[in-house]
Amino acid sequence: MLEITVNDISYQLDVEPDTPLLWVVRDELKLKGTKFGCGMAQCGACTVHLDGVPIRSCVTPVSSVAGRSITTIEGIGEQSENQQTAKLDKKLHVVQQAWIDEQVPQCGYCQSGQVMSAVALLEKNPQPTDDDIDKAMAGNVCRCGMYGRIRTAIHSASAKLAKEIILIPADEKPAEVLVKPTAAEGSFDPTAAEGSINPTIAEGS
Amino acid sequence: MGKWTRRAFLTTGALVGGGLIVGVAIRPGHRTPKLAGLVEKDGETLVNAWVKILPDNSIRVIVPHAEMGQGVHTVLPMMLADEMDADWKTVSMEQAPADDEYASKDIVREFALPSQAPGMVEDTLNGVFLKIAQTMSLQITGGSFSVRGTGTWSMRVAGAAAREILIEAAADEWQVPSSEIRAENSYLFHDKSNKSEPFIAFAKAAAGKQGPTQPKLKTPDQFKIMGKHVERFDIPAKVDGSAVFGVDIELPGMKYACVKSAPVFGNTVSSIDSVAAEEMAGFIKLVNLGSGVGVIADSYWQAKKALDKVKVTYTENDSNRASSETMFEQFGKSMDAAIAGGNEEDDFKVGNARKVLAKSKKVIEAEYRVPHLAHATMEPMNCTAWAHDGQLEIWAGLQNPLGIRNLLADQFELDRDSIVINNVYLGGGFGRRAMDDYPVQGAKLALALPGVPVKMIWSREEDTQQDFYRPAIMSRFKASLGVNGLPEAWENQFVDKHEPVEAPTIPYAVENQYIHYTDSPTHIRFGPWRSVDHTQHAFFTESFIDELAAEAGVDPYQYRYDLLSHDLRARNVLEAAANMATWGKPLPEGWGQGIALHRSFNTIVAEIVDLDMSSGKPRVATVYCVADPGFAMSSDGFKAQMESGIIYGLSAALHGEINIKDGAVVESNFHNYKMLRMNDAPTIEVEIINSGDISLGGGGEPGTPPIAPALTNAIFAITGKRIRELPVSKHV
Repeated sequence: MLEITVNDISYQLDVEPDTPLLWVVRDELKLKGTKFGCGMAQCGACTVHLDGVPIRSCVTPVSSVAGRSITTIEGIGEQSENQQTAKLDKKLHVVQQAWIDEQVPQCGYCQSGQVMSAVALLEKNPQPTDDDIDKAMAGNVCRCGMYGRIRTAIHSASAKLAKEIILIPADEKPAEVLVKPTAAEGSFDPTAAEGSINPTIAEGS
Repeated sequence: MGKWTRRAFLTTGALVGGGLIVGVAIRPGHRTPKLAGLVEKDGETLVNAWVKILPDNSIRVIVPHAEMGQGVHTVLPMMLADEMDADWKTVSMEQAPADDEYASKDIVREFALPSQAPGMVEDTLNGVFLKIAQTMSLQITGGSFSVRGTGTWSMRVAGAAAREILIEAAADEWQVPSSEIRAENSYLFHDKSNKSEPFIAFAKAAAGKQGPTQPKLKTPDQFKIMGKHVERFDIPAKVDGSAVFGVDIELPGMKYACVKSAPVFGNTVSSIDSVAAEEMAGFIKLVNLGSGVGVIADSYWQAKKALDKVKVTYTENDSNRASSETMFEQFGKSMDAAIAGGNEEDDFKVGNARKVLAKSKKVIEAEYRVPHLAHATMEPMNCTAWAHDGQLEIWAGLQNPLGIRNLLADQFELDRDSIVINNVYLGGGFGRRAMDDYPVQGAKLALALPGVPVKMIWSREEDTQQDFYRPAIMSRFKASLGVNGLPEAWENQFVDKHEPVEAPTIPYAVENQYIHYTDSPTHIRFGPWRSVDHTQHAFFTESFIDELAAEAGVDPYQYRYDLLSHDLRARNVLEAAANMATWGKPLPEGWGQGIALHRSFNTIVAEIVDLDMSSGKPRVATVYCVADPGFAMSSDGFKAQMESGIIYGLSAALHGEINIKDGAVVESNFHNYKMLRMNDAPTIEVEIINSGDISLGGGGEPGTPPIAPALTNAIFAITGKRIRELPVSKHV
């Protein structure tokens, strides 16, 4: 048995340890938002967060993340229990809302991964430059070619977040609330050799 | 089933795609009551085959096309809702069921023979049917057709018909002339008597009405929704992970399958050693698919690992010795032989190009090549199938669900009524999901394990190596210039003609033209790749016209402009692009501009590239795109399609290359079949020209063809190097 935490819920799993996290999330936990695209960390459709850092779940054996905390596309919005209806109210993450406002997705298949990469970028760097966006997003292929809209949406989410920071009174939460420490980079170097992304994470960091 | 008669067409099977359902809906004795059983839920009223009014007076539009990101699930409802005068805030959509009531393979087959269609629909509704019939073969989601075909000839007609019968019903109820009733925001008003009621008040009465034979459509000045920017219905589910694609289907007791087909097309399985695979955990069954093998297991990962252990040998044939090099050699020989033997296939002929060329002092010649290309949709091919209770049920993202249903019925000798197709979101189509191989494999696997749902998912490697490819093509040109420097003769020979027929034709006024082709088949299977033949021919013709401009010493924009005085629509597009890009503006050292113009699917597109070659490698900084589709129904949706088509074409132009070695595809995944990424994506500016009243042209494909020549023409402008073979990465 193996324990992982996904979207703040802890699971005991009986799966072969080399099974990629992607298939555990999709087929065991039935969280289908994370997509299979290439199986070798080349396209980013399977991007999830491992302790806040974006990783490619298609090359991450589930055993390597035992005891760690995973966040998927289903876990980035805010959920709260509505006292009146006793149902869960879901609030989109500011990045997801920006994706709607800019009408980013076409086929939409890559977008869970794009959103996860963008959320991780903004948590680390709330005011990214175009260069920062290039570096953070180059690992996510969009075959419908919506890169221009993704870039615009990231900038607009960043602007919204900046406003929110200003709105927080100085004696309450500092701006670091948005900046989580990161251990490893989830960025992708398209000039690197094949399958070279995050080999340490892939093999179980 | 026997041959369809006209009567059968009108009453028995008239419910195929497009306007035919409208026809049914607005004819006496229509089948709305029967359809209602399929698509009506509690309290809902099906007004005609394409639209329901819900108890809260909201409107639901039934859409017969697949959503693959092109926005059709939103733009078709826009068209219907506008004609109906519905309140857009209350409009929603659902996909038409792939049922015989919404689909009939026999009708489709009849329409595959267009010459028979007019006879079948003679003396029907004032020619409306005729137009629909002529476009019926494009009921498939493809050909940039959904808006200009289904949208114009059924959604708009259905919306207008619905409004008219609602007004008729209100006229009866209120005892006033229908001409005094107006519709607005899902309400009907009789201003004289100060009466107003919501649509729903008349829905039941309207549903029983026969309806007009030819409803009156709005003119653009009356449009309230069409042509505007509205948010797409499908986007919220695509940002929170809840959108269901084929790969996401979940059924009780479902098993998983992985497949591997013969690397060389045409080879078949000759021996299988599955001993090691059968010992793997979770292994359930190995299935010989003929052209390959599939393994069914408890989980995807187990199926994949077991498949890796299966040893398969395949039959071999001459194809096993073919390579990209041998194919191009073959093309050259076929082309030479056709000319030597005088057996060219004529494509387009005007004047006498050969005679003029023979007399010319100088003939400009060039040979162009493009490689095979894969579609590489983000969602690899997959299919879930379940053989149960005498049915074969399929879940997949399909561009051609009716065609697949027919094919499965034929191939497995099943009654088509026993085949249920559930079409879901497509994680990219681009033509790939119009093909039938993956649902056939899915069906074979499920039929091998009756009673158990089986989800087959291809690996990316399988998806790259078992595609239906944009063909590798060679194209040769000869031209001569008149004293004014403009071309007086244009001869173009190429191999491998598919569709659309007009793809190799040029928009320019050249008095003597001879365009001809030669078949030179290879074993690599052909597939329609975003814009089909246009993508390669636009590269060829727009590069060669650029060569002629250079030969004449004339600015390439001006040269094209001078050749378009007969086609002002095209010339306006070209001119608008030049204005938008500030053609000829001062640029930094190592920068330059390239231009191209191409008409496809009746949309004219000009693209100009601002290219930075200062590092020695091409970096596309900005693409300026002007497009005239006649009328863009969804302004932002059309713009998004242009942006998408440009990036798709740029990936291919810069990097796209499928090579064949020992008969098999060499490339396997995104590391060696490269896509444009965020860091190389240009800024794209799009301007739409609505030169007409209706959607003359499509949106999904026309953005793609001009980008490759615009790029290579820019490279020439900067470096003087003419790229005559794609991808660009091979040469600079």
